[in-house]
Amino acid sequence: MIWAGVLVASVACYGLKLAGLSLPQHWLQDTRVQRTVPLIPVALLAALVATQTFSTGQHLVLDVRAAALGVALIAVLLRAPFLVVVVAGAATAALLRLI
Amino acid sequence: MLQTCALSVLMFTGASQFALVGVIGGGGSVWAGAAAAALLGSRNALYGLRLSSLLGVRGRRRVIAAHFVIDETTAMAIARDDPSLSRFAFWATGLALFVLWNIGTLAGALAAHAFSNPRVLGLDAAPPAAFLALLAPRLRAREPLAIALAAAVVAIAVLPFVPAGVPLLIIAVLVSIYGVLRTTR
Repeated sequence: MIWAGVLVASVACYGLKLAGLSLPQHWLQDTRVQRTVPLIPVALLAALVATQTFSTGQHLVLDVRAAALGVALIAVLLRAPFLVVVVAGAATAALLRLI
Repeated sequence: MLQTCALSVLMFTGASQFALVGVIGGGGSVWAGAAAAALLGSRNALYGLRLSSLLGVRGRRRVIAAHFVIDETTAMAIARDDPSLSRFAFWATGLALFVLWNIGTLAGALAAHAFSNPRVLGLDAAPPAAFLALLAPRLRAREPLAIALAAAVVAIAVLPFVPAGVPLLIIAVLVSIYGVLRTTR
């Protein structure tokens, strides 16, 4: 079942990339498309940050992940590289759980 | 573990991979995860549009080039003034990232496999940090920042009432409606 999702999502992502290279330019040059599509990753990534930090399954939870996100945010504001941000977040959660 | 590596080989677009894994890991359905991954991949179509005139690829080369149409290759290619340099930047960035990304994925999958409880290492806090790092460069203006905050609030608000993964789809629909309405007005 997971394999099916992996394959379908991979084909969909590839299809979108190929479509961009292949479709007639004016299809995607519509201003509505041009101005809406860049907003989708912004909204989805923000929603992912929120749900993955403050929930477990369908329950809202406040735990060490919130502190980890805070540390990651500081790292982002300091313009730390991607890996440093991720490791800072994970390390914060791990340390707080040790205490 | 094989599935994690397959994602890096076949999907090769980081945010979508993380989204699929995140939704499934959070107890969501595989299909909600796949839909979120595809929605996050929609921006690659716009990248392809910008690249198509720069790269001028046809036939078999286009089929291969398409796989490399991601944030990083687009950024490297459009930053060059000379078309031949653009093409070189695209292929060099694409090949280098593809190789390193897949080696990194394999290493990560092997390492995670070796630990029985990933929570001890704080690995459940890693995805939100990763999403935040991917999001940050897109927030340089006021509008995306407002959209990001609104999306986070709405996602949390609907989360207890719908199956895991579905908040993402609700957000995608809402932001699309907003985007279209805003431009038509």
